[in-house]
Amino acid sequence: MSQTILSVRNLTANVENTPILKGVNLEIKAGEIHAIMGRNGSGKSTLAKIIAGHPDYEVTGGEIIYQGQNIIEQEPNQRANDGIFLAFQYPMAIPGVSNLDFMRVAYNAKLKHQGLEAIDTFDFEDLIEEKLEVVKMKSSFLERSLNEGFSGGEKKRNEILQMALLDPTLSILDEIDSGLDIDALRIVSDGVNQLKTPEKAYLLITHYQRLLDYIEPDFVHVMQDGKIITSGGKELALELESRGYDFLDDKSAAGVGR
Amino acid sequence: MAVQIPFATISKVHQTTVVEDIFFTGLLQQCQVNQSESQWLKDIRQESKSWLSRLSVPTRKDEDWRFIDLSSLTEEKFVAAQNVKATDDLSLSETKHSRLIFVNGLYNAELSDISRLPSGVYVGNLDNLPKEFDAAKYFAQQHGQQDAFTALNTAGGRDVAVVWVTKNIVIETPIHLIFIADGESEASFIQPRTLVVGETGSSLSLVEEYVGKGKYFTNAVTEVLVKNNARVNHTRIQQESEASYHIGKTAISQERDSHYTISEINLGAKLFRHNPEVWQRGEQTETNLNGLTVATGEQTSDTHSIIALTKPYGTTDQLHKCIVSDRAHTVFNGKVFVPKEAQLTDATQLNRNLLLSSKARVDTKPELQITADNVKCAHGATVSQLEPEEIFYLRSRGLSEADANQLLIDAFAAEIIERIPLKSLRTRITQTIEQKVKH
Repeated sequence: MSQTILSVRNLTANVENTPILKGVNLEIKAGEIHAIMGRNGSGKSTLAKIIAGHPDYEVTGGEIIYQGQNIIEQEPNQRANDGIFLAFQYPMAIPGVSNLDFMRVAYNAKLKHQGLEAIDTFDFEDLIEEKLEVVKMKSSFLERSLNEGFSGGEKKRNEILQMALLDPTLSILDEIDSGLDIDALRIVSDGVNQLKTPEKAYLLITHYQRLLDYIEPDFVHVMQDGKIITSGGKELALELESRGYDFLDDKSAAGVGR
Repeated sequence: MAVQIPFATISKVHQTTVVEDIFFTGLLQQCQVNQSESQWLKDIRQESKSWLSRLSVPTRKDEDWRFIDLSSLTEEKFVAAQNVKATDDLSLSETKHSRLIFVNGLYNAELSDISRLPSGVYVGNLDNLPKEFDAAKYFAQQHGQQDAFTALNTAGGRDVAVVWVTKNIVIETPIHLIFIADGESEASFIQPRTLVVGETGSSLSLVEEYVGKGKYFTNAVTEVLVKNNARVNHTRIQQESEASYHIGKTAISQERDSHYTISEINLGAKLFRHNPEVWQRGEQTETNLNGLTVATGEQTSDTHSIIALTKPYGTTDQLHKCIVSDRAHTVFNGKVFVPKEAQLTDATQLNRNLLLSSKARVDTKPELQITADNVKCAHGATVSQLEPEEIFYLRSRGLSEADANQLLIDAFAAEIIERIPLKSLRTRITQTIEQKVKH
């Protein structure tokens, strides 16, 4: 049996004293791809940010066990260095920081955390050049300021490039498909599929079933009002697509779920 | 009819009465007269002395000084600086053989090295300036000579750094002027003075740098003349000691088709004030003012600029950025005058401030005064803090909170630092700023 990467147990959380997660349970094993779907405001992006350690959310109960350790008290950078990666729904643009420098700093932070020497500038350029192919980006991207003036598709590809570079154990992709045209979606999905290994796990947060045609999930969960109300295989996504989210209201009322 | 620009707003002029301000008089009395100076220079010094006798130290009641308090300066007792031994550790790879060093305001031939300059260029002090260069034509001839601190410099100055590039000479090697102050043994009064002339069609790049140790008062004046179709790229680095005071004026006069760029980096001094004043005197002149101030601890750092467009087709672009932390205080006041003679001009001015502490203070006042009716003008100011979402983004990639903050601060500063033409200087300034905001 493969190892459990992430185990979320009865997680509750507030933002500005308003409960936003109301008891989330989720278990992800190595080699698995999970998808969380749900309406806007259901709490799915919040869950992603809380796993990554966003300081705006207050965890009020429950546990987040990552590779056997409760990480609730850990800083976001420690989680990142231990192999949790969050691809942002809206990646930040930071003028004045070159994409290349940013990636090198991030890569070196991870090396340092592992007790390794910082990578030589030239070796890093070779390494990143190799990773660029994963998302079919030109090296000219690296010279630009981080995400500044990038199109929606370029920003998302840049997230996957960072993921390829940092080689995380658990990748959480928050609406990586939103706003992408079909070509960009294909490139992003291809990137994710190339990086997949039996040791790693993925959590996809999405609003649309379409993404799951490109990245095939092992499990689909539906979130509503801060809870996972139903789980199933990839056929659940298709059901949602054909019947809409409204059919969930009955399930929610009936208290179906875990 | 001549264009009227209210340049003389810098200090109060007591037109008829002699006030004999105690602070100014006390300083001036100590300044030794150099008897070997030319008569024209003695005359100018005498004239400035008479102006100064009618001027008093500006106070918060003066519009142009209302954001800062000079009382800590005037309460201090300074003595005229002595010629002391010094070492220079600011050597830049680009300027090894094109640097001029002044210690406590006096030329230091031993530390200077101007062995690699092409012909048609003079870099040295006024005493050694060859006869064919007519310094009298330019020295202390610009607007604003009656400002108190400028008049003090002219009246009591002892040495002058001169950079003179003759007609159509393009000098690729940057020229580095380093003013080293030493106030370790006693609180010293130092008056650096610089005259830069770029003759018609010439081109030069200049780095003017102020450093020091101990307690002292630097009262610096630099005059830059950019003649027809000439180009001057000027970098001004102020890295004075933390106990020092620095008041500086940079007066720039541009003739037609000329280009002038200044990048001022202000890092040091307890109390700092810089007045860059640009006078566009010909058509189609281009002026770029870039500024970066980093103030920490209890520092006060004030840049008051004036840009006067007086002829058609001129352009001016100003970006001044401040990083302010702890209990520090920065001021930006930028005046741009566009009188009706300056049609078809384009003026932009922006001041951006990054506040790193709730106790830090920023005063900003961009000012456009436009009477021309066919111009393009824009100005603005922003004050911001580090964005928590940006910090989280960086931390989610493994950077510690301190490293994430540092990266964002570096990025804010980089926009100005990138405009410095010398690579080694860009690297040094970036590192200095990192150290300064880290503490």
